[in-house]
Amino acid sequence: MTGGLRVAVVRFPGSNCDSDAVRAMKAIRGVEPDLVWHEDGAILGYDAVVLPGGFSFGDYLRAGAIAARSPAIGRVRRLADRGVPVLGICNGFQVLIEAGLLPGALLRNSTLRFVCRWTTVKVETTRTPFTRGMFKGQVLRMPIAHNEGRYFPPESSLKSGELVFRYCDEMGRVTRASNPTGTTGNVAGICNREGNVLGLMPHPERATESVLSPFSSEDGRLLFESMLLGD
Amino acid sequence: MSRTRLFSVNVVVSNREGAGDPEGETIYRDLVSKSGFDDVKSIRSGKFLRFDVVATNQASARKLVASICDELRIYNPAAHSISVECA
Repeated sequence: MTGGLRVAVVRFPGSNCDSDAVRAMKAIRGVEPDLVWHEDGAILGYDAVVLPGGFSFGDYLRAGAIAARSPAIGRVRRLADRGVPVLGICNGFQVLIEAGLLPGALLRNSTLRFVCRWTTVKVETTRTPFTRGMFKGQVLRMPIAHNEGRYFPPESSLKSGELVFRYCDEMGRVTRASNPTGTTGNVAGICNREGNVLGLMPHPERATESVLSPFSSEDGRLLFESMLLGD
Repeated sequence: MSRTRLFSVNVVVSNREGAGDPEGETIYRDLVSKSGFDDVKSIRSGKFLRFDVVATNQASARKLVASICDELRIYNPAAHSISVECA
């Protein structure tokens, strides 16, 4: 132990953004990310958990539905109950939805196509550990790459504090044209009532180094720094 | 002891009304309706699963599958409806 912040990045069969997430967090001083296989038990001592993007179990049945029953998710649930920050990116968001850790559903994009492009999202709340270093209304550039990202809210509807990111145009206007997938209300990311579990479809880990972005965006770093260092 | 045998139980998961069904709508609009089958008024798409289960009768086979669908979240109740029928 060196006293750094320990983050578990849970790897499922089919995860493919796991190493990117590790790299993004390794760049933050004092943060020690580890890749953890989903069947391994050793995540209970971690200070934060990331469920990375990619696929899991072939996304059979529904994206995230099988991973949601894996041993790691039982442990993630216990950590989440303790208030530990849990971040689900893309497939990780789908896993959190299917595990019931976040409300609603993620359905196939309205175009029935895989959408891979840069988007802009607007910060709707700064009450979460993931956004406390941002300001409300801030516009972030992050890419998306998914087939099932059309958020559908629960019957009880989403509470205002649970809405974290919405797709918007470059000026921060939430418009139909800036909605890449037909997602309800331009929803790109939501959190649980307590705010310590966040799921989002955009990939912050793909926007942490300017060389990765045609816009030289490093906006994704804000999310990791906020989650791990505070404001 | 009652005798058991194998029953097939069909499960169809589809999007609830309101959750949209772009696949069903596209099949309807761009294939069936466009081909002149005017008597067809709508199409819903879904995911089909067949469970072959050992049970004493159809009702208990169906009940077992229905409970599995709930317990393992074979469908997401926020967006899906489900039908469970013996084949």
